[in-house]
Amino acid sequence: MIRLENIRKKFTVGDQVVAALKDISLDVKAGEYLSIMGPSGSGKSTLLNLIGLLDRPTSGTYAFDGMDVTRLSDDEQAAVRREKIGFVFQFFHLIPRLSARENVELPMMLAGIAGEERKARSSRLLSDLGLDERGQHRPEQLSGGQRQRVAIARATVMNPRILLADEPTGNLDRVSGMDVIALLEKLNLEGMTLILVTHDPEIGKRANRQVLMLDGEIESDKT
Amino acid sequence: MMTDFILFPLKSLRAHRLRTLLTVTGIAVGIAAVIMLTSIGEGLHRFVISEFTQFGTNIIGINPGKAQTRGGPPVGIFGSVRPLTLEDATALKRIPYVESINPSFSGNAQIKANGKSRRVMVNGAGPEFPQAFHMNVATGRFLPPDEYQNARAFAVLGYKAWEELYGKTNPLGTRIRVGGNRYTVVGVMASKGQVLGFDLDDTVFIPAARALELFNRDSLMEIDVIYDPDVPSGKVVEEISRMLAARHGRDDFTITPQEKMLDVLGSVLDVLTFAVAAIGGISLVVGGVGILTIMTISVAERTGEIGLLRAVGAKQSQILSLFLAEATLLSGLGGMAGLVFGFSMLQGLHAAFPALPVHTPWPYAVFAEIIAVSIGLIAGVMPARRAARLDPVEALRAE
Repeated sequence: MIRLENIRKKFTVGDQVVAALKDISLDVKAGEYLSIMGPSGSGKSTLLNLIGLLDRPTSGTYAFDGMDVTRLSDDEQAAVRREKIGFVFQFFHLIPRLSARENVELPMMLAGIAGEERKARSSRLLSDLGLDERGQHRPEQLSGGQRQRVAIARATVMNPRILLADEPTGNLDRVSGMDVIALLEKLNLEGMTLILVTHDPEIGKRANRQVLMLDGEIESDKT
Repeated sequence: MMTDFILFPLKSLRAHRLRTLLTVTGIAVGIAAVIMLTSIGEGLHRFVISEFTQFGTNIIGINPGKAQTRGGPPVGIFGSVRPLTLEDATALKRIPYVESINPSFSGNAQIKANGKSRRVMVNGAGPEFPQAFHMNVATGRFLPPDEYQNARAFAVLGYKAWEELYGKTNPLGTRIRVGGNRYTVVGVMASKGQVLGFDLDDTVFIPAARALELFNRDSLMEIDVIYDPDVPSGKVVEEISRMLAARHGRDDFTITPQEKMLDVLGSVLDVLTFAVAAIGGISLVVGGVGILTIMTISVAERTGEIGLLRAVGAKQSQILSLFLAEATLLSGLGGMAGLVFGFSMLQGLHAAFPALPVHTPWPYAVFAEIIAVSIGLIAGVMPARRAARLDPVEALRAE
């Protein structure tokens, strides 16, 4: 489903060119559960952003579902993100002034889905995640674990093909962190491709396939 | 979904109530200032124009003498100005499109009636005076349509003169002395009040020929020509000018169409209204700068949110719309608040000073609202574009 070939990414910092990704090739099949590990600065987040179409490679090709997405326009990439990709972040990125439900509905709002259907879908999702009572609460009134579950609901409300999680437990205590991992794994079992970036080996090892990155290169890729 | 792009920005405005209130107030003050200033300007405009047009606009005034400077010393006491006479007035009746003519001469004189005497304005007029100047007779009738030179000794009292002399009793048929001569009262004019400081009620009307005799003059002060309003004034002016020039042998009279005077007056007053509106406009610009500031701060504060919106699939144009809508909402709300505020201030002003002419030109108010919204749009463009162009990865890292 995802095919990266000879991907390079260079940043210019001051007058120095830094190679964040050096010739990365990676194939991910639909339904896979993949973890990307590595020390900070190894390029794992950059790789995840490229896969999530938030960033463009300096060179190389990226095919998503058989379609060359590096050549898409900004608007077309936005549409792919909206319809096919779900993001889960370390810092949740919930909009503080909106209720949990409204946060979940955001992608549907941007997709132009009508209010009633939005309500139906967000309600179903929130109750699936045990957040029935929390729909009207604002993020500040929720615990960290609840916030991340709301964020996961937002990421999956459009039924994406792939879920990209960047250190989803990084800001949570162990117990709620494991809850979140369990939820993500459940979604993977239901067929959603899951790519998890973490520097926590204990979490990384749970994945069926483990990619280790070092200095912008794939050090190992174990299944 | 159109409504989402209003509701979403509305929620972010609600999240910063105080900030929103202050920004909205900036615009509201501007709009209120524009509305108040233009209302007063326009009220003044209307007041002045109505004072000038209550006699109608299709009037041409003719005065003796030419209002211009000539070279050389004066020719002597038999100068070049010939009197404007009743014969001239009679002749002017033959000009096409002329509906009525009024020769006039006025002065102050003592009048006596009913055992009382009073010094009033004596108006020498023609029988067509009421039609010409849209004035009504309250009781009796106006001067009969005699020929100008052989007008009988009838008089019509102004409302106040009648009240003072007769104490509201019926004056018709009684005798009145004006100067040294006796007149029979045939009517009383309806009250007209003051016009530009002249009391039109403390008067007596007598035939123009008799007024000339009373004050021992041979020239009228003015002849007013009322013409068909459908005919351009220039045409009538031309005819009058030709006829009088032929009669006098030279161009020794001044013709003033009121239409022309009103045009000049109107354009002067328009400039005035525009000038005060521009002063109000300055405060609108200040309000616009307020919106620009707040939106710039808002975009900087919400960088992470913008990154998130991009991540969940917002197009650049959607981000742009959201922030533009927010700026426009600020100014639109400000505009409406200003409308309400300005209008209630005007009502208060009107209640406190009933004499102050106030008129709100609604097109101006609507225009001001449109301006307010446009200011929001313009002020919002820069911050909204900055928001839309943020790099999603950078933006997400901001939090």
